[in-house]
Amino acid sequence: MSADFLYTVEVILNGLMAGVMYSLVALGFVLIFKASGIFNYAQGVMALFAAMTLVGIQTGQIPFAHLINAVFGTDVHHFGWQVPAFFAIILTVAVMVLFAIIVEKYILHHLVNQEPIILFMATIGLAYFMEGFGDIMWGSEIKTMDVGIPSGGSLWLEEYTVGWAAEGERYWGMYIDKLDMVATAVAIILVVSLTLFSQYTKTGRALRAVADDHQAALSVGISLRAIWVIVWSIAGFVALVAGIMWGAKSGVQFSLSLIALKALPVLMLGGFTSIPGAIIGGLIIGVGEKLFEFAVGPMIGGATENWFAYVLALMFLVFRPQGLFGEKIIERV
Amino acid sequence: MKIKQLATVALTTLAVSAPVAADLVFPSLSYRTGPYAAGGTPVADGYADYFTLLNQRDGGIGGVMTSVPECETGYNTAKGVECYESTKGDGALVYMPLSTGITYQLIPKVTADDIPLVTTGYGRTSAANGAVFSHVFNFPANYWAGASRIINSIMDEAGGDISGKNIALVYHNSGYGKEPIPTLKALAEKHNFNLTLIPVDHPGQEQKSQWLQIRRERPDNIIMYGWGVMNQVALQEAANIRYPMDQMYGIWWSVTENDKLEGMGSHGYKGATFHNVGTDYPIFSDLQKYVVDAGLAAGDGSNVGTVLYNRGLYGAMLAAEAAKTAQAMFGVKDITSGQMRDAFEALDITAEVMAAAGMPNFGPAFKVSCANHGGPGLAGIQQWDGKAQEWKLIGDFEAPDMDVIAPLIKADSEAYAKENNITPRDC
Repeated sequence: MSADFLYTVEVILNGLMAGVMYSLVALGFVLIFKASGIFNYAQGVMALFAAMTLVGIQTGQIPFAHLINAVFGTDVHHFGWQVPAFFAIILTVAVMVLFAIIVEKYILHHLVNQEPIILFMATIGLAYFMEGFGDIMWGSEIKTMDVGIPSGGSLWLEEYTVGWAAEGERYWGMYIDKLDMVATAVAIILVVSLTLFSQYTKTGRALRAVADDHQAALSVGISLRAIWVIVWSIAGFVALVAGIMWGAKSGVQFSLSLIALKALPVLMLGGFTSIPGAIIGGLIIGVGEKLFEFAVGPMIGGATENWFAYVLALMFLVFRPQGLFGEKIIERV
Repeated sequence: MKIKQLATVALTTLAVSAPVAADLVFPSLSYRTGPYAAGGTPVADGYADYFTLLNQRDGGIGGVMTSVPECETGYNTAKGVECYESTKGDGALVYMPLSTGITYQLIPKVTADDIPLVTTGYGRTSAANGAVFSHVFNFPANYWAGASRIINSIMDEAGGDISGKNIALVYHNSGYGKEPIPTLKALAEKHNFNLTLIPVDHPGQEQKSQWLQIRRERPDNIIMYGWGVMNQVALQEAANIRYPMDQMYGIWWSVTENDKLEGMGSHGYKGATFHNVGTDYPIFSDLQKYVVDAGLAAGDGSNVGTVLYNRGLYGAMLAAEAAKTAQAMFGVKDITSGQMRDAFEALDITAEVMAAAGMPNFGPAFKVSCANHGGPGLAGIQQWDGKAQEWKLIGDFEAPDMDVIAPLIKADSEAYAKENNITPRDC
């Protein structure tokens, strides 16, 4: 095989893997939008907050240490213990559930029946509040995410494939990051679990009922408040997973909240209400932007990915305004 | 009663926030929030702590206390300009905005307001031409000097010949990241090496395409002009593809304690710097005694001695030396921003001055003049030691290739003068 062909395959595979990473972020948006019609602007910040909390718990960091030291003149930073990754994740999930309860009680509860734009604005406020709150709670320095996920190219794969190219060609074997492989496996488990949960459990059916019609769901005794807490808790869990995967790449720092920008074209393409749409949309965006950068990027100066993802999404919207898997809204006079 | 209470609170707030009229005011356009907070915070801490030290230890500068009102820019250019407008009326003597974007916006403003703008290691490189940029100073080194110093280091390691080598520039796709491109192109032509340009869009969280390209092309060396998360992701991706770290160089904004991997992951990574590293200088014991232990540090003291803290400290030291020079030049203690500008133009940082400030060999000796606001552009090379988990200076402060840089500065500054109808001063 020619090296060019093998490099193209490598770009496609890495695009698929990158797409999975985008989908992990998009999933959180879809879950909340599907159940409550809210476009949660704070989803990216939730990923940052969840990742900061996980690292903070894991490393035994004292929350609000800077504040405590400033007010009381102390010099405390750590409890002096390390929490195993698994237990730290469990505790972080508990924090995210608590966060969901607080959001429902103090924000959403007061905004029932408001216009979607009002709810959207509320999530903008929530995002900015959480940015500052997270910094005060855990500090703004860059933290290392270490939950034992391997990273780096797979040596086995590189050695296995290096002989595929024709003799004399510059080819170094197929490169796929082990972290991306883990992320793909996690995303598959996540999507299957969420699908089974929403199809085959009583709570899942209640979630779908609320998504279809709030008032009809209320009339048959489904608690809207409980459903919202559950949905925001699940979205918090998905944010934690996204935070772990992205945080392992870049460290846990403010920029983690900006991963939401990568999810927007995925949502436009896959639709705001479809879990499979978030996955398929992510894969299309991932492959599309990587292939474009590989084939066309060098001719036009590179750095095409950020804008090309949106161009790709817009191209799909021309033909399917509701997104690939979005619900078609038909309104008759 | 309520109105009285409100009036009391308002007056107290005003009294606390406004600097005392007689203070020497050094506003700090800082960013402790936003995507670049991890870089902005230690610089702002170092800047503020140096003036606190002067106040506590020496009673200010020439007997006049200093104040450092901080304004949060979030590394946002529009906010930076707002900060400038809101603080310039408080007797601001000099601005160091720590952002190339903000610098570009402030150049015409500071010139009109007669306030010096000092951009140590960032900003518009051609501002080194003092005949055109009367109020802008970019000593002791600029981006072009940094690029040239890195190429010189690569040449030294290659035995003086880099013809035919492939060198890739991985850069933040912004005004800052694009700054070294003209210099590197000119150097590529002079030394006959191949230059590949690889841009990374803000913020740089996802760089898979760029590093797949690097893995395919296997450049002999990589030069990185990154900032914030871009640096950490780039280093991780470089380690993932097993790129040799000692063949990778960063500009000074890419070689800080934030820009490393755990353990030996980034051992050997190098970069250009215009000041020294570590805490092995007399000033740090004074900082500990008068600032940190006294509970007056701008931060919690954890950043003291880091690369970026030292950069803020160095910037403050240069500003303070200019203030001293202005006081001596004009024979007054309460100097104006115009006098401060004149002092910057007459600044002579000798080894003795550095030693007297408790920072011997912390930065290079240099002299500023009317024509040359950038100094000689001396830069050193530092390297990350994964075992000791610290940066070490491995290459002395050396001059860049001025044969290449000087014509570029002249051409760019003259083009700026023409665009803006500026008649260059007769220096």
